[in-house]
Parts: sequence; structure tokens; C-alpha cells
Amino acid sequence: MRKGRRLYLDGVSVVFDGFRALNNLSLIVDPGELRAVIGPNGAGKTTMMDCITGKTRPTAGTVEFGEQDLTRLDEATIANLGIGRKFQKPTVFDALTVFENLELALKAPRGPIACLRWALGGEARTRIERTMSEIGLTERAQDRAAILSHGQRQWLEIGMLLMQDPDLLLVDEPVAGMTDAETEHTAKLLAGIAGERSVVVVEHDLEFVRALGCKVTVLSEGSVLSEGTIDHVQNDARVIEVYLGR
Amino acid sequence: MSVTALRAPAPSRLRLGLRAVLVAAVLVLAAFPLLNTLPEAHPLHVSDFLVSVTGKWICYAILALSLDLAWGYAGILSLGHGAFFALGGYAMGMHLMRLIGPRGVYGHPVLPDFMVFLGYRELPWYWLGFDNFAFAMLMVLAVPGLLAFLLGWLCFRSRITGVYLSIITQAMTYALMLAFFRNDMGFGGNNGFTDFKELLGMPLNTSFARGALFYASLISLVGCYLLCRWIAGTKYGRVLTAIRDAENRVRFLGYSVTQHKLFAFVLSAMMAGWAGALYVPQVGIINPGEFSPGNSIEAVVWVAVGGRGTLVGAILGAFSVNGLKTWLTSAAPDLWLFVLGGLFVLVTLFLPRGLIGLFQGRAK
Repeated sequence: MRKGRRLYLDGVSVVFDGFRALNNLSLIVDPGELRAVIGPNGAGKTTMMDCITGKTRPTAGTVEFGEQDLTRLDEATIANLGIGRKFQKPTVFDALTVFENLELALKAPRGPIACLRWALGGEARTRIERTMSEIGLTERAQDRAAILSHGQRQWLEIGMLLMQDPDLLLVDEPVAGMTDAETEHTAKLLAGIAGERSVVVVEHDLEFVRALGCKVTVLSEGSVLSEGTIDHVQNDARVIEVYLGR
Repeated sequence: MSVTALRAPAPSRLRLGLRAVLVAAVLVLAAFPLLNTLPEAHPLHVSDFLVSVTGKWICYAILALSLDLAWGYAGILSLGHGAFFALGGYAMGMHLMRLIGPRGVYGHPVLPDFMVFLGYRELPWYWLGFDNFAFAMLMVLAVPGLLAFLLGWLCFRSRITGVYLSIITQAMTYALMLAFFRNDMGFGGNNGFTDFKELLGMPLNTSFARGALFYASLISLVGCYLLCRWIAGTKYGRVLTAIRDAENRVRFLGYSVTQHKLFAFVLSAMMAGWAGALYVPQVGIINPGEFSPGNSIEAVVWVAVGGRGTLVGAILGAFSVNGLKTWLTSAAPDLWLFVLGGLFVLVTLFLPRGLIGLFQGRAK
């Protein structure tokens, strides 16, 4: 694994019509690190992800992926650099099958002509099949994504992220609305992914964050309030005041 | 598990049945010009009217296919596709005008009648080259393609989608209509082009020419259908479907949505232009009325009635709605617009998947 930082945010601010969604936010994620980001509603978690993935341009500050400045690139370019994002609301392509959803996400040339000429090779098929078994959807390969359960859609989306072969995964509330068994499966899935890749998980569910067993960053009003182990932040007086105590 | 098994289940019996019906329909259509040569008393005789009217519908079906590629697959609801059709038609019309040569009413060796009438001394620069068939055919594809590229690039890059894009395309065709109505544009003003004499050395207005154009249209329709079918079956087709359903998500997968939509839109516009070029020599006239917004909206109704995103549905819709129109505009001309509007409302409410959904509904 390459040394140094994977993701580097320094002094990032985002202002929407005078409202400071992010306020001088700084965050460093190491290669292979699993990081949880928590914070009350409106703390800027989603805006932070938007800044990293090119959906929102920061008003000020530095956003770097490895050595690459991200602030001037569009979503597709950033995705191709190796940043995958899972949204809070699972968005998979309903009209396509599980297999086709994964095939679409598979790292391959992305232009129209390349897609027209695309032929599924043995290696690609093996990768898709391996991912399907990892996310437990092998049996559903031919089913349209529209008929999957909520949990299965979440896993399919995580599977699609894996197919992109990213160096950094941003995962927004992966267990919202999941059953306990599904939550446990998801925690294992994410912990298994980290190590090879850096993973940033945004989550509300503290039990789930505890299960991840990683460093935790607490955001509040657009900046970092506290950082450390789950026990450390849970005992931080300021954190208790703005978030946990409520 | 084999790859094919993962992708598409073996064609169902109904699918095969539908395919057989399609092939049969093409063969029946292909027989029309031949049956036209039978003596009029013969029971299988097909009238001149029927040949020319079905020839027109075939061109409309190509337009419907092109719209289905843009709307049904890529989710680009163009309310100005008639403009691409008309531009292809005008490019063909310019070629036909040049071929009239000295046979015009004023007998000028080069200038078309309307230019002599308007006092032109020489051919405007943009008319040069149109005497050459190959160049004219290139323009039939290039002009609509270029317009689609410019419009698409500006809109898709700025992420203009949905109803806003529809309004812009509608405004585009309206603006073109007003522009082509002007005499000083050099396209014959409100009279457009007519009085065509020949094409490829073949005098128009003979049953041979009608037959040849009919077959050219039918072959084009089959070719465009196969092209679209092929595209829909590739990964590119699935990217378009994904863009239609969740454009943003596709962006975060690393696909340039602008590029993919642009490719489909330009291809679709060229197909529409080709349809227009086949249409003009068959109807013998092209004028700015072809740009009228109503035409583009009617094309959308064909696709919606047939069933969008199915290709076959678009063709079915073009034939059935135009068949109904041809019958009704002679039987009860005042009713047509009400029926057209009513049809659109009824299909949207009760047959969201169009006529083709009637068949598919049973299959599932």
C-alpha cells in the first residue's frame, strides 16, 4: 500500500446563499483506512461527500485525492480516478438485472463507442460472479433490480462500488432501514473491503459504528468537533452536548 | 452458468410469434408495389394511393424509431424531432431542385424558379454541391446531425433535462419554421420546393419511381430497426437506459452522461433526417409547414401510443395512428385533433406501455 494520505481535506468551506454548510473542515484519511463520520442532521456530512465527488464545488479550501486536486473536476472524472460513492437512498438501475447493474459498474472504458463494442470476457464474468457471491446475490443474477428487497438493493449498490475497483469508497448511511441481520452482514462486508481500499462511512447508528471498530470523526455545524476511538468521542463533553446528549 | 443465460432468457413463444408477425408484415408491405402493377380489375390489385400512402407511413415509422431511441432509451423527450426530419427533407429537396435544371417555368439553366422570381443573380454558396447526389445525401445526415450536436452539447453539458429540454427542442423547431418562411433565407419561403422532375436519372411520378422509393424506404426502415435493436442489446443500450432512469447515478459510475446522450441524440437526428429525405420525393413537396411544432408532437404521440422504449412499438404506433388519421381526416375531418388528443390521454392513463404492452402484458 502506498504511503501517505489517500484523502486530504484542508480548510474546506461551502457557502450556500450565506449558509455555511461546511466551515473550515479538515480531514485526512490514510490508504486502507476505515473511517466513520457521524454528526447530527445538518452537520455537513453529505455536503462533505458532495465536495469530494465533484457534485458541489467548495467555496474555499483544498480537496486532494492522493496528489490530485479534485476541486475542478466533474463527477465522472473523479469516479474514474478511483472514488466510488454509495448514496443514502440506494440507487440501482431498476430496469436492468443484478448482473447487468454490476456489468455497468465494472471498471472498463466508458465512452459510447467502447460500450457499443463491449463484449463480456471470461475475466470480467468471473469478477462479476465473485462480487455477486460476496454480496450474496448470486441467486438473483437474472432478476431485475426493481424486485429486490431494500437490503438487497443496498448490497447491490455496494457491489457496484466494488466493481468500479475504487481506492476510496464513500458510503452514506448504509444500514438505514435494514434489519439487524442485514446490518451485521453489511458491517462485515465493509470491514472486509477496508484494508485493500480506504472506506469512509457516514452513519447515524452508533451501534453499527461500534461494530465497525474504527476511528470516528464527529462533525458539527460544518467542521470537525472531535476525532478518535468510539469510546473517546462518546466521552467528549462537546460531543455529548451537541449530539449524543440530545 | 453461461453468459447468454445470465443476460436474456431464451425468446418466449410469444416473442417468436411477434417476430414472425413482423417479418410477415414486412413481406406484405414489400409486395405492395408489385401488386400495384396488376390490372386494376384484379382482386389483389393495390392502388397507387395505397402505395404512396404506405410509403409515407414507412418514413414516419423511421422518424418514430429515431424518436424512440432518444426518448424511449436515453430519456430525451424531444418535441422538435420534426425539425430534423424537415432538414433532411430540405437537403433532399435542394438536390431535387438542382436536378430540374433548365426544365423550370423560367427555363434558367441553373437557378430554381423561385430564385429567378426573387431576382437572384447566382446560386447562394450554400446551394453549391447539391447537384451531386452523394454530397446531398451526406448533407441529409450531416445537417440534422450537426444541429443535434450543437443543441445537445449546449443542453446536456448544462444538465438541462426533462420538460425544460422538451421546451427548448420545441422552440428550436418553431424558430426554424419562422426562419424557413422567410424568402431571403434562399429556401423558397412559404412555398418551399416542389415540381420535382427526377432523381438518379429516374423520372418521378411514374409507378417505377414510386416503387423504387417505396423499397428504399422499406429497406431503410428495416435497417434502422436492426441498428436500433443492436444498439439496445449492447452495453451502450443499457447505459442509455440507466441514464433515462437515474442520470446522476450514472455520472458517479464514471460515465460522461453528456457524451452518451449526445451520441444517441445525434444518431437519432440523422435517422430522422434520412426519413425526411425519403419522404420528400414521395410526397413531391417540402415547405416550412414540416417544421410546425404540431408535427413533432404528433410523432411523440405515435411513439407513446405504440409503446416507448420497445422500438417495435414506435413502428406500430406510427402505422396505426397514421392509418387512423388517413381514414378519419376523410371520414370526419373536424374530429381528428380531438381524437389525437384523446388518444394521447387515454393511452397515457390506461396503456402506459402502449399498444405493445397489450401483447407483453399477457406474456408476464
